[in-house]
Amino acid sequence: MYESRLDMGTPMPLKIGMPVTLTVDGRPVTVTAGASVMRAAAEAGIKVPKLCATDSLDAFGSCRVCLVEIEGRKGYPASCTTEVEDGMVVHTQSRELDELRSNVVELYVSDHPLECDTCSANGDCELQDVAASLGVESSRYGMNGAGHQQAARDDSNPYFAFDPSQCIVCYRCVRACDDIQGTFALTVDGRGFASKIVAGQAQSFMDSDCVSCGACVDHCPTEALIEKPVMQKGQPDRSITTTCAYCGVGCSFHAELKDGEVLRMVPDQQGQANEGHACIKGRFAFGYATHKDRITRPMIRENINDPWREVSWEEAFSYTAERFRAIQQEYGPDSIGGITSSRCTNEETYLVQKMVRAAFGNNNVDTCARVCHSPTGYGLKTTLGESAGTQAFNSVASADLVMVMGANPSDAHPVFASRLKRRLREGAQLIVADPRRIELVSSAHIKADHHLALRPGSNVAFINAMAHVVVTEGLEDAAFIEARCESGPYQKWREFISGEQNSPETTERITGIPASELRAAARLFATAPNAAIYYGLGVSEHSQGSTTVMGIANLAMATGNLGREGVGVNPLRGQNNVQGSCDMGSFPHELPGYRHISDASVRSLFEQEWNTQLRPEPGLRIPNMFDASISGNFKGLYVQGEDVAQSDPNTHHVEKALQSLECLVVQDIFLNETARFAHVLLPGSSFLEKNGTFTNAERRISMVRKAIEPLAGLEDWEVTMALSNALGYPMNYGHPSEIMDEIARLTPTFQGVSYAKLDRLGSIQWPCNDEAPEGTPTMHVDEFVRGKGYFAITGFVPTDERATRKYPLLMTTGRILSQYNVGAQTRRTANSEFYAEDILEIHPFDAEERGISEGDWCGIVSRAGETVLRAVLTDRVQPGVVYTTFHFPSSGANVITTDNSDWATNCPEYKVTAVQVSHVSEPSEWQKEYRDFARRQEELLEKARV
Amino acid sequence: MQEVQQLAKMANQIADNFSFHDDAVDRISDHIKRFWAPSMQRKLIEFDQSGEAELKPEVRAALKTLGTD
Repeated sequence: MYESRLDMGTPMPLKIGMPVTLTVDGRPVTVTAGASVMRAAAEAGIKVPKLCATDSLDAFGSCRVCLVEIEGRKGYPASCTTEVEDGMVVHTQSRELDELRSNVVELYVSDHPLECDTCSANGDCELQDVAASLGVESSRYGMNGAGHQQAARDDSNPYFAFDPSQCIVCYRCVRACDDIQGTFALTVDGRGFASKIVAGQAQSFMDSDCVSCGACVDHCPTEALIEKPVMQKGQPDRSITTTCAYCGVGCSFHAELKDGEVLRMVPDQQGQANEGHACIKGRFAFGYATHKDRITRPMIRENINDPWREVSWEEAFSYTAERFRAIQQEYGPDSIGGITSSRCTNEETYLVQKMVRAAFGNNNVDTCARVCHSPTGYGLKTTLGESAGTQAFNSVASADLVMVMGANPSDAHPVFASRLKRRLREGAQLIVADPRRIELVSSAHIKADHHLALRPGSNVAFINAMAHVVVTEGLEDAAFIEARCESGPYQKWREFISGEQNSPETTERITGIPASELRAAARLFATAPNAAIYYGLGVSEHSQGSTTVMGIANLAMATGNLGREGVGVNPLRGQNNVQGSCDMGSFPHELPGYRHISDASVRSLFEQEWNTQLRPEPGLRIPNMFDASISGNFKGLYVQGEDVAQSDPNTHHVEKALQSLECLVVQDIFLNETARFAHVLLPGSSFLEKNGTFTNAERRISMVRKAIEPLAGLEDWEVTMALSNALGYPMNYGHPSEIMDEIARLTPTFQGVSYAKLDRLGSIQWPCNDEAPEGTPTMHVDEFVRGKGYFAITGFVPTDERATRKYPLLMTTGRILSQYNVGAQTRRTANSEFYAEDILEIHPFDAEERGISEGDWCGIVSRAGETVLRAVLTDRVQPGVVYTTFHFPSSGANVITTDNSDWATNCPEYKVTAVQVSHVSEPSEWQKEYRDFARRQEELLEKARV
Repeated sequence: MQEVQQLAKMANQIADNFSFHDDAVDRISDHIKRFWAPSMQRKLIEFDQSGEAELKPEVRAALKTLGTD
């Protein structure tokens, strides 16, 4: 068994105080004021026995095992709750202390089975360790405690079990649920020996409010809360530190293995993005990596109605290269392109864009960030000079007011949500701008000061009105604007934003937000010492997504909320490597580091390094590729780790585009929806099977380390490299670190990044270069990346997608906690026990008008298409608005969404679709056709496997 | 929607969003040059020349400047 890290017993004090020197068991030790005696002892290398204390939770002082003697003091104070003092003399060992501790431990074990040899936690149990250290093997109080030993185990959660007979009621699980996760799902019922841990209202874990983040399991000192794979297979024997492949928080985990199999993912207490916390997806939903659906052999076919044929890697590469070259011969060099993935590593996306530009000979490369955060890139580059968020996640700890706009972190970025909630419980104020009453609006010990339930499609009107109040009520930070922003554009913007068209009284009829409430919210925002904005896809996925991002930046600049801790403009990125895939030059108009392809000096750098000529014009973006495919000018596409057939809007259009291709190459771990239209299937590797880096939403580059060998034999970067070689453009990297070295040579913001430095520092937030050799947690500190901040004019242009008599409701889309994006990963785990189908949320008034009851099938029709979902009646959505998720392909959520897109970037307008809803009794035509098509494609796959 | 109609819609959207600026035509032209593939630019120009495109005057003016640099 490997050694777990040293637990210091209590946390480092939040504020570093004066140094305090004391003596522990004769050893002098200096710690910061506010530290506990237990922590000081640990710093001196002295381990004080403990059960209820751990350094990720505030001291609680309940177990009475960590007692010490302090000269000049009476009694035996608990070392976890006693603060150090200068000159203090502490003794942690004495006969009296041993007797006291042994007595307490005997009381514990009198109500705890002493069958350590057969216990799953054998070797990883703090009670076992403490009892052994004190020589306690039995109890003078008997061994048949009635408090817990007969209690039944709760196996309701698919990932972990709760065995009350093993519980010592140390409250660590309760405190972790309260203080770290912020769900308050656990409590202690009863007193004394009768006290027991209960979930919810004495329910099973599965029926309670528990969100399966695993914090209780992490903090349990015994086997009471334990992962089921560990129960079944025993303690892990190896651990690899890596980075989660789900959302843009980018949590650091220890992948713990036994006999080469990953048993559990344990959040890394040293993880700089997650600080030891996790969510249900990263913590538990990793089983997809070894799911039976994994594709492990390359396959090819002439036609999508043919059976797949398994081939060698070499044949797959030569077949693809021949078909791509033949297409270019017939239709021209621009007739093929590639899509990089935000689920793949920086090194992999870098290689794909390099292959497209150097081997395909065009700039037809794009990434799935096109359909989520491309407006963030455009908007922040225009106003601040860099296409990235401005802060580290832990900056929120210094925020006095947080505005969350178009984001639902509780579901989509749960670990950040927990961090945010902790700050809110400490007293920070909260404004939520969202059409839907998301969990943050009102949850345990949290209530938003303002929930501004704006109508879908009115973001720009809203953000302009906020700025209007700031400017017209004299709430601007004039000194900041004077020192940090361009004067001319500011004066023009000031005149524009002061116009009556932007007043809350005028915008009220557009946004639906009462003017008085908006004014109050704007005043709150402008007068907070530190106001931070966090936003998500509810901002970017609109026809004016880029404009809203610029409006957000304008508001932050106007109030001086940039360039220090506790403030900033913070896009919450959807997928794990959205930031990285954009950084790596995945957009058709930009080389790595967001430098335009038309810049001859930048192009020249790459041309020299890559030994090729690059085209100076932008290539096609994903929607443009689809349009060109249907027109007959675009014929070949290489898609790495992306499922456009499910994730992109207007499914009918996407399917037609994919069917129009002569050669579609999909590299993925599963036969995803896009692969059903493919001619070549290249097996991908999951994050557990490769080395590389991910960059999260706070620009943090973190290592992805291989825990198991790739199931198909090759890591994704090796596949792209081999394909490039087959196309005649040589690539010869021996390890992803060499790719990163090349990125660092060519990209100023990555200049100082290397694997060696990442290993040393744990992670690095770019820019990392000579000026910032260890990275940049907060951007734009003394000046903006572009020099002076630019106030952009953000006129409101209503979307074409409006409610009409035919389509009277506005549909918006989002995510759920347990499922992730298109669900390809999470649907292949027990997470589906928490959410098994996409549903339609509809307000009871709208439902009643249509004769729809809870659970009824609803036909949802838009001008793009029709689908059928089950109804959930809820006032989380406002009348006139319906909501759904898109995690299941058969739901066809994107059959309804339209081809409307952001004016600047073509990011689809997922968040506004005019629909009509009616009660129906059978699936839509598309759903029937989808089932037939999917079944046929599965059969064709089965034939290849046979 | 056909590709050229989609391109026309996108160009008109760009014009709407730059309509708050005095130099809208220059901004439309610059935006299309920076973000549109040459094939897209060419197709929209041809569509405009066919007389079937419903384009805003600012877009038409911007298209005239494309390819003249």
